[in-house]
Amino acid sequence: MSVAVSISRVEKCFGALRALAGVSLQVAEGEFFGLLGPNGAGKTTLISCLAGLTRPDSGTLSVMGHDVRSDYRSARRQLGVVPQELVFDPFFSVRETLRIQSGYFGIRNNDDWIDEILANLDLTAKADVNMRRLSGGMKRRVLVAQALVHKPPVLVLDEPTAGVDVELRQGLWQFVRRLNQDGHTVILTTHYLEEAEALCGRIAMLKQGQVVALDTTRNLLARYSGQTLNLRLAGGAASLPDALRARATESDGTCAFHLAGLDELEPLLSALREGHCVIDDLRLTQADLEDVFLGVMQNSGSAHEAAR
Amino acid sequence: MTSGFVTLLYKEVLRFWKVSFQTVGAPVLTALLYLMIFSHVLESHVQVNGVPYGAFLIPGLVIMSALQNAFANSSSSLIQSKVTGSVVFVLLPPISYVEFFLAYVVAAMLRGVMVGVGVLAVTIWFAPLTFVAPHWILLFIALGGAIMGTLGMIAGIWADKFDQLAGFQNFLIMPLTMLSGVFYSIHSLPEFWQVVSRFNPVFYMIDGFRFGFFGASDVAPEFSLAVVTASFVLASAATLALLRSGYKLRS
Ligand SMILES: Nc1ncnc2c1ncn2[C@@H]1O[C@H](COP(=O)(O)OP(=O)(O)OP(=O)(O)O)[C@@H](O)[C@H]1O
Ligand SMILES: [Mg+2]
Repeated sequence: MSVAVSISRVEKCFGALRALAGVSLQVAEGEFFGLLGPNGAGKTTLISCLAGLTRPDSGTLSVMGHDVRSDYRSARRQLGVVPQELVFDPFFSVRETLRIQSGYFGIRNNDDWIDEILANLDLTAKADVNMRRLSGGMKRRVLVAQALVHKPPVLVLDEPTAGVDVELRQGLWQFVRRLNQDGHTVILTTHYLEEAEALCGRIAMLKQGQVVALDTTRNLLARYSGQTLNLRLAGGAASLPDALRARATESDGTCAFHLAGLDELEPLLSALREGHCVIDDLRLTQADLEDVFLGVMQNSGSAHEAAR
Repeated sequence: MTSGFVTLLYKEVLRFWKVSFQTVGAPVLTALLYLMIFSHVLESHVQVNGVPYGAFLIPGLVIMSALQNAFANSSSSLIQSKVTGSVVFVLLPPISYVEFFLAYVVAAMLRGVMVGVGVLAVTIWFAPLTFVAPHWILLFIALGGAIMGTLGMIAGIWADKFDQLAGFQNFLIMPLTMLSGVFYSIHSLPEFWQVVSRFNPVFYMIDGFRFGFFGASDVAPEFSLAVVTASFVLASAATLALLRSGYKLRS
């Protein structure tokens, strides 16, 4: 399988801030690849470097074998990017926008494909409406359409489902899945981890500009397989014995403990008893990508397991 | 030239044409008001190079309006797309920085020429006008528009906010165009201001442009052409260097 996107030792600083601190990863042709990470991790910056919107301080990037700097024309022809920000040109209608975008890529008479995209994104009825008159979710769909006008083999979606209603989200994923089945490589960033879990074959997790996990979704889930014990304590997290508090992940007054297997449950409960903790509520859940994500983010303080 | 350039040019022209009431109509009206006020006040008192004041004023107003609108076109288009973020749509496609430059400059030039033609069409009825050497007329309005379109690009790329652009416009472009002999011949100025005027490239655009109408000017049109061409080369080189470096566009 050949390489669709290759990113090698990319660094980018904004002033004193290291937005990308040496990122290397490869995405194979036909993959559905997830790029995850908390706010400010550097996902958008990495995508911008790939798209030529930002110039890295060092490192190289290529799309379908074309260097994004020295061979930018070919690289950009192979790449479609849905930007994270909801941007639009208020002077034009949806169809005008898409025709103009086609023209930028040197494509004339693109109406058949434009109609197909519009139909798939449920925008046909809005084709001749000015961009200004669209709702936020519709503008987002037009951004997806704009990224597709030149049928790019590599499609990058930077949080495409933010602000999009449930029905369309399903429709969008169906469409993107089909594009992926047709051979398009898809790179996706999202904060909806269940989406990533369902769609992505492989995932990279970014933290403070570094890759802290890079593996197939299945391996990541297996690595963190097991259960999570969610506890609400009468005395709050503060009532935990020190040894237990270090193991717990706290959110909204709930303490979560990761368990590699059920055999870890009994020792944990007895430790709680010894610490005189009073349990208000208890839930045991199967680990999902969210647990993996939280686990990776917590355990990657300084060790960068996948960073090469 | 790839069709990326053609489309970008088309888009830039469409952008101002869709609101031509403001982008072409308004400056034409403004120029008409200038003409009515100034020529009414001064007509009986002033002749310049043997030409009645009204007739002298019209070419000045034509090219001044053209220059200001050429500047306004590229600068406002760029800052608008930067502020709204829609500039990514032209940064993502395979468009080279030279094509980018040409598209914006040619669109600015076209808007300038359109405004100039509009101003001429409404003012020509107010004074007897001659067209002694039309090629100078075309040459100077085209080159002048291109220079201003280029400066507009620099301003639009540099400015982060609309008020910075307004500052550029009010403190540089307006004085340069107003103090360039639109309303007077520089020979009527005190010695010191004559010297200052000769450092203003806009003066040469207007003087050469006016020569095309009357066959008379403050300096020889060939000399003006040399100055204007040199200014264009300089401004273009600066803009191309900015675009090449990605300054403020590709951070
Ligand atoms: N143009 C810029 N100038 C200065 N700092 C920037 C710029 N762009 C990004 N940054 C900084 O770089 C870091 C990474 O930002 P980036 O947008 O890549 O994060 P992200 O992973 O996409 O986050 P989010 O999930 O919120 O979209 C942030 O700290 C951000 O403030
Ligand atoms: Mg982002």
